[in-house]
Amino acid sequence: MNLSIKHLYGLEGVPKEDLTQIFDTAFSFREVLERPIKRVPTLQGKTIVNLFFENSTRTRISFELAEKRLSADTINFSASGSSLSKGESLKDTIQNLYAMKMDAIVMRHPVPGSVKLLSQFVDAVVINAGDGTHEHPTQALLDIMSLKEKFGKIEGLNIAIVGDIRHSRVALSNIFGLKTLGANVALCGPPTFMPCGVESLGVKIMYDLDEALQFADAVNLLRIQRERQGKGLIPSLREYRNLYGLTRERLENLKKPLTILHPGPINRGVEIDSDVADGDYSIILHQVLNGVAVRMAVLFLLVGGK
Amino acid sequence: MQIDKMNGKVLLANGKIADPVGEIIYDSDILIENGIIVRIEKGITPKDDMETINLNGQTISPGFVDLHVHFREPGFEDKETIESGCRAALAGGFTKVCCMPNTDPPIDTQESVRFIYRKAEGQIVDVFPIAAITKNRKGEELTEMVELSSAGAVGFSDDGNPVVNAQIMRFALEYSKIVNKPIINHAEDPALKADGYMNEGVVSTHLGIPGNPSIAEEIMIYRDLTLARFTNSRLHIPHVSTKASVALIRQAKANGVRVTAEATPHHFSLNDEYMRSFDANGKVSPPLRSEADRLSLIEGIQDGTIDAIATDHAPHQYDTKETSLDIASYGMIGLESAFGLSMTNLVHAGHISFIDLIKLLTIRPARAMNLPLPGIKVGEEANLTIVDPDEWWVFSRKDIYSRSQNTPFIGRELTGRVKSVFAKSSYIRLQD
Repeated sequence: MNLSIKHLYGLEGVPKEDLTQIFDTAFSFREVLERPIKRVPTLQGKTIVNLFFENSTRTRISFELAEKRLSADTINFSASGSSLSKGESLKDTIQNLYAMKMDAIVMRHPVPGSVKLLSQFVDAVVINAGDGTHEHPTQALLDIMSLKEKFGKIEGLNIAIVGDIRHSRVALSNIFGLKTLGANVALCGPPTFMPCGVESLGVKIMYDLDEALQFADAVNLLRIQRERQGKGLIPSLREYRNLYGLTRERLENLKKPLTILHPGPINRGVEIDSDVADGDYSIILHQVLNGVAVRMAVLFLLVGGK
Repeated sequence: MQIDKMNGKVLLANGKIADPVGEIIYDSDILIENGIIVRIEKGITPKDDMETINLNGQTISPGFVDLHVHFREPGFEDKETIESGCRAALAGGFTKVCCMPNTDPPIDTQESVRFIYRKAEGQIVDVFPIAAITKNRKGEELTEMVELSSAGAVGFSDDGNPVVNAQIMRFALEYSKIVNKPIINHAEDPALKADGYMNEGVVSTHLGIPGNPSIAEEIMIYRDLTLARFTNSRLHIPHVSTKASVALIRQAKANGVRVTAEATPHHFSLNDEYMRSFDANGKVSPPLRSEADRLSLIEGIQDGTIDAIATDHAPHQYDTKETSLDIASYGMIGLESAFGLSMTNLVHAGHISFIDLIKLLTIRPARAMNLPLPGIKVGEEANLTIVDPDEWWVFSRKDIYSRSQNTPFIGRELTGRVKSVFAKSSYIRLQD
């Protein structure tokens, strides 16, 4: 019943048994979410703070909803990096919040490792809601849960992740989780978006999107951050779209079914065209609902037993 | 640490002398009078007018020399002062140190060089200031190197910042020929470093941490070696950290370039796997590199490409380390752990001999920076560090005399320990 992990820093090193249990739990919460009364008393009396040092809409709302569905008391704390004087005040902020007796802290922060750092200052359960370019484990969990819902299993599936892998916490968490569960993973994008030595994670690298689509049962399209343009990594969004954008034409040439995921928010007309995003192959909106269910599962398994 | 002034006759009995000049180790007693070595021989009879210290077979080396410390004064006295830095140096067996000029204000005027000497007056450790290459360490205009040199600067460095402009670096190398003192450039191309704060490689990819690639160092070292060859000037390369850097320096030396180089204990003791802890104490500049880089550094130490072990002792208060990695300070303290780490990871690991290590800690750094170094000879000033090469110990906070404790080595098991120092007519016992 208990997970072997005490906190969720990332999916690196999380054993298969834990992942399986999270998904099993998540699917039963998914049923709860389909009921007229969507609330269970599981975390009644527990207090959870959502600590967001970086802007987020969907992840924060998804966590908050998951907490409310589990009847936990929730507090939201949002601070962009600039409004806090950073540095010591990160520790101070966290210790102050913890002094008010929190059971769990869900944290997003722009810097890799900050969530793990946080856990040194407090005795609460710590859940990573995205730490810079490191990991975003609940996003990967909801992606994998959606694949499991679609395909019934993960082992042996061919998954292509397309986009700016170098700057993506979503890619990294997906790679760790998918590899643990036995999927084959290919990364696709321009070489400037590929981090150094990423093959060491047991993934294939492809610079040609059509090759990646041929390989893939499902494709996870990462959001291209517009601010990357102008830093020299890619010449233009236009060329990126031409090379790596998922268009109707590409899908038609493929002549086989393909499942399409996207962590959102979507740049329509860049990494994916609107008619593809809204089309039959897309499971993007399933991902959103599964996000609530999988976060309920993580909170329940990590906070509930304590 | 117990410091006893011993002006009269002092007999260091039952020691072994490690002589890095003659490259020999031999059993001997040493008789010191008024701080000067007066007899070196076995079996000197203790007399009533002598203070006798029984060394029980411990080894006597010339006092260690560290070419690279940050004593933070003036400007950052919360992290370190010259006084606290000197105590940290003594605790590590170092009796001569060169301090870097990245203070506030930086050491870029005659008066600031003299300030360091004034502050170090009366200290047992000799502190030699390194002055800035460029005014305000901005990389734009050369400092008054000749005047700085006559005030006592032993070399020039903008350490912490590279001299980015190759033309300025060329002029610095050329101009420094008047005083024949080395230019010490922190080699790191800022455009390639970008926003990276750990070594770029498999580990940074696994951690999602922005990488600072080895090429940022290597390209600038290549440039500097080329400029040193072209100008026939003296270049000293601090904190060498990558495999290709070692190869470049090795080749330049073979081609007659006037270059010396140093390596830090942390770069040959740790690799970038340490960053999996996300502990900001592992954040240094240049970053901890890959295992292949670490091993190449040891090869460079073995074959003489690396001239000196230097600590890059960089104190920071804990609050600037207990924070997210991007804004955590760069650097770690190193004086107190340097000998133990070097013994453990170089000598006891079988890479170099004990006497080679003593050379890397004494005559070779002294030559690289033209520092006076008394030998263990009759008539010379007694400036001695006494070590037990085989003592097993665990490095702990109580071994730290720096005002800061930023080190990833707390709790490390080490073999080889500094036991005491004799310098400036004082005997300093480091442990009970």
